[in-house]
Amino acid sequence: MTPFSYRVATSTTEALAAAPDSSERFLGGGTNLVDLLRQNVEQADALVDVSRLPASIDETEDGGLWVGAAVRNTALAADPRIGARYPMLSRALLSGASAQIRNMATVGGNLLQRTRCAYFYDVPGARCNKRVSGAGCDAIGGFTRYHAILGASEQCAATHPSDMCVALMALDTVVHLDDGNEKRRLPLSEFYRLPGNTPHFETELRTGELVTGIQIPSCRAAVNSTYRKVRDRSSYAFALVSVAAAMRVENGVIADIRLALGGVAPRPWRAAKAEAALAGRAPSQEAFRNAADAELADARALGGNAFKIPLARSTIAAVLGELAGDAA
Amino acid sequence: MSKLQNAIVGGVRRVLGQVPAGWLPGGTPDPLIQRRVSLGTQQPRIDGPDKVRGGARFAAEVPMDGLLYTALVHATIARGRIAELDTGAAEAAPGVALVMTHRNAPKLAVPPPIGMTSMKAAGNNILPIMQDPEIRWNGQTVALILAESQEEADHAATLVQVRYETERARTRFEEAKADARTPDSILIEKNRLLKGNAEAALTAAAHRTDAVYRTPWYNHNPIEPHAATVLWKDGRLIVHDATQMLNGTAGSLAKVFGLKDDQVHVSSPFVGGGFGGKALWDHQILAAAAAKLAKRPVRIVLRRSSMYRLIGGRAETEQRVALAADARGKLTALLHHGYSVKPLHSVCDEQYGLTGRSLYACESFDIVQHHLDLDVVANTFMRGPGEAVGTFAIESAIDELAHDIGMDPVALRLRNLPDRDPVSGAPHSQSDPAKAWQMGADQFGWNRWERRSTRREGEWRLGLGCATGTFPYARMPGMSVRITVDDEGRATVASAAHEMGMGTATVQRQHAADRLGLPLERVDVRIGDTSLPFATMAGGSSQTASLGAAITAASSKLAGELVRLAGNDTPLAGLRANDLEFAEGGLRCVGDPSRQESFASILRRAGRRQISVEGESSAPLEMLKFAMHSTSAIFCELRVSEATGEVRVTRLVGAFDCGRILNPKTAASQFRGGMIMGLGMALTEETLLDPRNGRIMSASLTDYHVPVHLDLPEIDVLWTDIPDPRAPMGARGIGEIGITGVAAAVANAVFNATGKRVRDLPITLDKLL
Repeated sequence: MTPFSYRVATSTTEALAAAPDSSERFLGGGTNLVDLLRQNVEQADALVDVSRLPASIDETEDGGLWVGAAVRNTALAADPRIGARYPMLSRALLSGASAQIRNMATVGGNLLQRTRCAYFYDVPGARCNKRVSGAGCDAIGGFTRYHAILGASEQCAATHPSDMCVALMALDTVVHLDDGNEKRRLPLSEFYRLPGNTPHFETELRTGELVTGIQIPSCRAAVNSTYRKVRDRSSYAFALVSVAAAMRVENGVIADIRLALGGVAPRPWRAAKAEAALAGRAPSQEAFRNAADAELADARALGGNAFKIPLARSTIAAVLGELAGDAA
Repeated sequence: MSKLQNAIVGGVRRVLGQVPAGWLPGGTPDPLIQRRVSLGTQQPRIDGPDKVRGGARFAAEVPMDGLLYTALVHATIARGRIAELDTGAAEAAPGVALVMTHRNAPKLAVPPPIGMTSMKAAGNNILPIMQDPEIRWNGQTVALILAESQEEADHAATLVQVRYETERARTRFEEAKADARTPDSILIEKNRLLKGNAEAALTAAAHRTDAVYRTPWYNHNPIEPHAATVLWKDGRLIVHDATQMLNGTAGSLAKVFGLKDDQVHVSSPFVGGGFGGKALWDHQILAAAAAKLAKRPVRIVLRRSSMYRLIGGRAETEQRVALAADARGKLTALLHHGYSVKPLHSVCDEQYGLTGRSLYACESFDIVQHHLDLDVVANTFMRGPGEAVGTFAIESAIDELAHDIGMDPVALRLRNLPDRDPVSGAPHSQSDPAKAWQMGADQFGWNRWERRSTRREGEWRLGLGCATGTFPYARMPGMSVRITVDDEGRATVASAAHEMGMGTATVQRQHAADRLGLPLERVDVRIGDTSLPFATMAGGSSQTASLGAAITAASSKLAGELVRLAGNDTPLAGLRANDLEFAEGGLRCVGDPSRQESFASILRRAGRRQISVEGESSAPLEMLKFAMHSTSAIFCELRVSEATGEVRVTRLVGAFDCGRILNPKTAASQFRGGMIMGLGMALTEETLLDPRNGRIMSASLTDYHVPVHLDLPEIDVLWTDIPDPRAPMGARGIGEIGITGVAAAVANAVFNATGKRVRDLPITLDKLL
């Protein structure tokens, strides 16, 4: 860890007041950034603590919810509106980390947490293109049990670790950004990048830009939604495969379907192909498996993660089957 | 261990076979077996309140003026040498007092290895430490930073630049087999066991199984990281350590630094978990060397990642087990061959080849194990070394055989229980696994078992499995204690013994109270410091029996000393030690309770404030004359998801035949803790060694999955509580047996649920998709 300065911001204006400095970093709950600093994966000269910025959860005009970036994971998961309207989000949050970490972690920080690829963290011992652009990747050819089967590149196959973001991705969530001069809104689907040749760029966030909050649109289908996380132990482990799904069945056919995957790609993965395959169809195990196959047709394994392809297929089918209930 | 040693042990065994049991230690059953007051009752741990309040001071918490903090730089290649080493930036960094490398480290001797012959040795990694530029494993320390704060030390460590010349390293288990070594001995047993004609029996058998089982490298993960606070004072080395080998550590450090034994003082009153991993490793030596160079006290606390790089674990194994049985399930051959990693610089055997020698009666045996040399950190003992992985292989094989024959696996085991040692023919001191099986089966409801489970709930298939666990009895010679009795009738028992959380002082206080005829509250126990009488290691589940023997020996001496001191003006006059017993705070005549005098009275009349005696655990000859093994019956109920392959253990039952239980509360905790560790071994834990460069890639609790609370089912533990007449207090050690058998019980239950036989641990979900 390198020495850094630290200040607390109590408003967005105050947070953005400092001179633009590329090594100044915003600090949320610190549940990932502090580890990254301690292990010298990242360095910062200055930290601006934004965990005390307004942390409200408010109704929006379209019937959705606005969630301040400083809202803690625990608070968001416990909000009765989340539980009633977006149960998949509440379940995703509660399946992440541990109670103590969720008490600290913020929504803004969760969006920006970085991969848990062990090679990414092994600063002295391993090469990593995400850490040092163009350095090479020691993960590929090494242990790839936790790595991506979708959206990876030859430079990087690290997975995005968040559970919350998988549910948010399925819900068409919009991220609100502010750099002091301009306020922007980006759909989460456009917020994250795929690694390509530049795995060190993970999002469209600009230097000095702050995540101020997220907007979750209203979604009737989400009332019937869930999140299932498959992992190497029952708690406190990252997803091998996770599935966030919402389904509304009308007149015997799927009227609305939302499906996103975690643990399989460098970003929370919206399963658009599977959704397209299901829209307007009658729910059935066969339809679910065909939809999963459509999504996974492009999946590529690296060796250690080959099991994720059949695992994703059967988990998608199991989750959709659960949501369809008697309709399937 | 050598051929010579095999000859000596074999010779002693032959002689002891002729010696009447009454002449040996344990020849007369310990009278306390029949006369327990405090022993056998539930007692809370006396260190509990201090630990809960944060009052117990661990090695990394000892306050000291002028302390320097340590950070380590680890090698990133498995074999080669340091070509360039630039410490300039680190030395110039704020707060840095010193950077130690092979260029400026003091001359250090190689630490003496942990062994059966010297109790003053605790070394695991028998290599020169920072004496040359050679790199022998990925993770070896190449530089040590001393700074005024931990943060400054950590920062400076990132500034050290090292360039290596890399040599081809041996990191692959499979490739190392070509150069496998076959040692003469494993611990004190002959490695190769050939009895009868196993090959012929396997060929002729009505039923046989023959399969290969694999267990990975497992790392130690005690909750307390390895740590030491070190000070040189007036030519003496003072080490506040976290160790389960106090005198071994002191003796080893004396050798490394060329000191006399009494110039090293090691203190370790509390240890946050040992499990075999808390002995002498490089870090204590490096800290002491750095403190010597800097002429200031030094604290070293290993980061979790450094624990993986510097502290060895349970060696990877590959074990072939072949079993033959007749039509009725009677075993006719047991073949157990295997390989495990043991680098040349490593000391500890992974003695899985001993597991199958005591479990079952069998006409023929063919057992041998081979060692593989890899360029990795030395392996070491880890709770139930040998038996933990050995029972996985053998007890999986037994389950496979039972399935093949179409027998209930419990019935198959009961059919083959031995009535004496299956190899040597020695009589058991005490052994009743059948009772453990009965108790466990009743508690668990084994009568629900079907040959192939048909039970399911939604996507979950339910399965039941069982397995035997086993661990040998051990008692160490040379364990000593001092008993002091004062004129107020209080007793203090002191020994450099170890408290790693299992209740050492709590149980020995109960023992001393009953031994000396005192109420519990009038006995104190002091342990955890080399200023106290010499103690053997807390290892091999031996500490309780060894302390038990030492306290017994000291108490006999105490009786003799007291009666001498009492002189002729006492109701005890004329009595000899054999006529005396401890009772009611003093001594009294056996069979004539009217002739008694209290400690206080004897001492006051003699004008003495107190009296002290020392006693020592004698040579454990009973271990050579009798077969002394504990056994367990482990039952597991679990569910496996058809959709995801996830395994959820829903119930565990362990029934133990371990002699007398001394404190049900601490014992239950030991059994349960061992079983939980067994679940981790079965399902989640695995050290990942990247063979390309010998780097451990699971060097954190994020990547190395120990079980969490949600992984744990209801765990019932019960015991036969039948005293072992050859063991002090009738008790055999219980620290390790809990882990044994669990992995096989889980694997067997997975088979019962799914029909899939997983023979390589851990049973992760990808193996069940």
